[in-house]
Amino acid sequence: MSEIFVQNEKAYKRKRIAGNITIYIFLALVAISILIPFYWMILTSFKNETQITQIPPILALSPSDWKLSNYTDLFLTVPSGPRAGEPLFPFFRYMANTVLISLLTTVGTTITTILSAFAFSRLNFKGRDTLFAVLLATMMVPGEIFILTNFLTINKFGWYNIFTQTYGQAILAMTIPFMVSVFYIFYLRQTFKQIPNELYFAAKVDGTSDFKYLLKIMVPIAMPTIVTIIILNSMGAWSAYIWPALVTANDKYRLVSNGLRGAFTDTSTGRTDYGQQMAASVLVTLPLLIVFFTFRKQIMRGVSRSGIKG
Amino acid sequence: MEKKNNLRAWIYLAPLLILMTVFTFYPIVNAFIISIYKDYQPLANNGAGIITGYTLQNFLFIFKNQLFWISVKNTFVIAFVSVPISIFLSLFISVALKNIPKLKGFFQTIYFLPYVTNAIAVGMAFAFMFHQNYGLFNAILGWFGIDAINWIGGTASWTAQMGALLIYTIWSGLAFKILVFTSGMQNIDKQYYDAAKIDSASKWTVFKRITVPLLSPLILYISITSMIGALKAYNSVVGLFGIQMGAQPYSMMTIVAFVYRYVSGYTDVGYISYASAAAIILFIITVVFSLIQGVVSRKRVHY
Repeated sequence: MSEIFVQNEKAYKRKRIAGNITIYIFLALVAISILIPFYWMILTSFKNETQITQIPPILALSPSDWKLSNYTDLFLTVPSGPRAGEPLFPFFRYMANTVLISLLTTVGTTITTILSAFAFSRLNFKGRDTLFAVLLATMMVPGEIFILTNFLTINKFGWYNIFTQTYGQAILAMTIPFMVSVFYIFYLRQTFKQIPNELYFAAKVDGTSDFKYLLKIMVPIAMPTIVTIIILNSMGAWSAYIWPALVTANDKYRLVSNGLRGAFTDTSTGRTDYGQQMAASVLVTLPLLIVFFTFRKQIMRGVSRSGIKG
Repeated sequence: MEKKNNLRAWIYLAPLLILMTVFTFYPIVNAFIISIYKDYQPLANNGAGIITGYTLQNFLFIFKNQLFWISVKNTFVIAFVSVPISIFLSLFISVALKNIPKLKGFFQTIYFLPYVTNAIAVGMAFAFMFHQNYGLFNAILGWFGIDAINWIGGTASWTAQMGALLIYTIWSGLAFKILVFTSGMQNIDKQYYDAAKIDSASKWTVFKRITVPLLSPLILYISITSMIGALKAYNSVVGLFGIQMGAQPYSMMTIVAFVYRYVSGYTDVGYISYASAAAIILFIITVVFSLIQGVVSRKRVHY
């Protein structure tokens, strides 16, 4: 009797291990499919032209065969044409622009978010819930609805003039409209609401002003959430594509995404330099990945929160 | 009870409200107004703009525009094909992850990578992978004796182009869904799974009878938001096909791309109004989707 039991137990264990192996293989295959585009991008960036056009494709290169020419070529100056004297792919200029935009919008967004999340969570005022509902409703509106008018508004503010736009005006056009995020307000308000009211009343008894209470008590307590907001928001500038393209009159003012597409295709012959294209893609992707691996926990927590809220 | 501190609250809200009035509330109203302007020249007359009256012709112009219907078709195919596939795949992956507590974090991190990359940069990597001669996809197909497909070359068929775009869209959409579903599953009470174990229910039964029903509010919410997100497809198309939006010009046009085409032609008479009308149609579709979510979640979602 007990033997049968042991046999069953063994059969069960074997079945479980077999099941687990299937799961591991499945998950590993998914992981490979996720990683392949990154691998292919990096691999291609290290190939020279004959290696790139080899059929069937070379699937791996030993590090001693890596060619750095695709990377160094990106920084060669263009001999003629409208962009003469500029590097082929002005990576550092685009990076500097992107970092600056990212910094300014993040500072702006964080300030407006903290102030309004405080008002919505801590202060009691007429029409609070209605106003909050209206804000949430705007999240449903597709961005294109705003972009139309905002583009005209930027024009009317004088920030976008094809002939006279200055760097400062381009920066204003790319940052001011993006210093608000309803979602982050919603997110921070949740955190603020968890702070016990007693703390607030105690501070009031001590004669602490609202602003001081917000700055000295609420912000430090909600710091993990605020850090998440800062990281997520600052990553946004890397993917910004259409708006910077619309409101900048000069190539020099644009962001990393804008420079990528089309820069490596010869307009007269239609031939694309895939090696350089992939090298530039690696350069643009790398900073994001570094940020991601540094702040992995905060980023994943913040993003998963944005999905759970419904 | 606390007293109302109206004035103070409005001071805290002032930066938000000023910015939102200019860049959010006014644009929503204005989009509707622009869409019925006749012969609108937004920057003429020293920036004050010129119109010659009001009309609904802008909507007619769009409905008669073949490019608009191409955009609608492409956008809907992207939304209705990529979203169900990626939802199903990510549910499946999340369930598999649940079974392996050891390496869960490692796999989750890998799966999340597409979320933190630049759509244009990775789109270009995909474009090269879809290259007819030098690309990885056709090389892999070759191992199985399948002839090379012209995915995105100049003479590629609509089906091949859409196939490539869908593969890329699903690849980039998985990250967010897997993360959300795995966190959602953590909130399911372990008792249900223990009960299933006692009844020696199969894994598929557990998936069908416990995981999916209990996650259904989340699945529905993610389905709708993903649909709405997919309706705004644009960067993926630029990444894969470049600014000509397709292997042939405009063959992979989307509604958002249609809007931008007319926004960037803003100096031409009436173009901004066409863009507005198209954006409003997109808005209406979005609202319909959200309403469907509201109705369905009240009726059919198990709690």
